[in-house]
Amino acid sequence: MVIDCKHVWNHISGYLDDTLSAEVKELVQEHLEHCEICSAILDSTRNILILTADERTFELPLGFSERLHARLSEEIEGIRPAPSKSD
Amino acid sequence: MIERGTTPGEEQLIASILGGNSHEFHALIRPYERTVYVMALTLLKNEADAEDVAQEAFLKAFRNLKNFRAESKFSTWLISITLNEARSRLRRKSAVPMESLDEPSDEQGHVSPALLRDWREIPSESVERLEVRQLLQQAVEDIPLIYRETFILRDIEELSIHETAETLGISVASVKVRLHRARMMLQKRLAPQLKQVNPKRRWLPWS
Ligand SMILES: [Zn+2]
Repeated sequence: MVIDCKHVWNHISGYLDDTLSAEVKELVQEHLEHCEICSAILDSTRNILILTADERTFELPLGFSERLHARLSEEIEGIRPAPSKSD
Repeated sequence: MIERGTTPGEEQLIASILGGNSHEFHALIRPYERTVYVMALTLLKNEADAEDVAQEAFLKAFRNLKNFRAESKFSTWLISITLNEARSRLRRKSAVPMESLDEPSDEQGHVSPALLRDWREIPSESVERLEVRQLLQQAVEDIPLIYRETFILRDIEELSIHETAETLGISVASVKVRLHRARMMLQKRLAPQLKQVNPKRRWLPWS
């Protein structure tokens, strides 16, 4: 059985996460071997996931950590009583 | 499947904090500062709101630490708290119309990828360029909320598909569909843009 490009596009995510059934995976793999466009789609998608997950892509604002820990210290040192209800 | 629980180091810290060494909470949350902030930022699309929500999430985690159950991961628990804080902030911001959390009809939901034949990999060094970081950030922020939530949890915070489903309270099948659409939306938009911002001489082999 041969599958077309549009069919392969539906499985790009599953292929990247390796959640496809063995049968579908094999069909997709075969298609990728000789289809430049689908290989490029797969590579670019994987590449974009790597770039968006890169720690440098989203930066912490300057002083974020200092402000956070200062605020936590206020809480921890009991400037306000810890509420006992659990929301 | 085996879900990893909280790490032994974290378990000790949590026990110690609950036992009265409250100041150790600083150490417990240090590895997650970025995780919580990035999540708040990508949901709220505003730095000031994101910082507020991040602080609130950590405070809430501190106040509710006694309710944390060690069979789940501390990071996943923290992420759930952050998601709830961000969602309630989004609801409260009446000036900004709330983004729909309804599943669009299949017609609207279908996304075709960008068809680039000669795609070459963008080197990871390119992230050092502000222009590239801005393209990436904007593209993530522009995904509709329903897909963005799934993408953030799975592909940025690196939760498993099961953890993502649990955190969002949706099925594993829905996670897969939403994730696929989010990824295709990003590919469609970013693949052509990233190709253009990278001059050929900067190509470097990497894998
Ligand atoms: Zn193809």
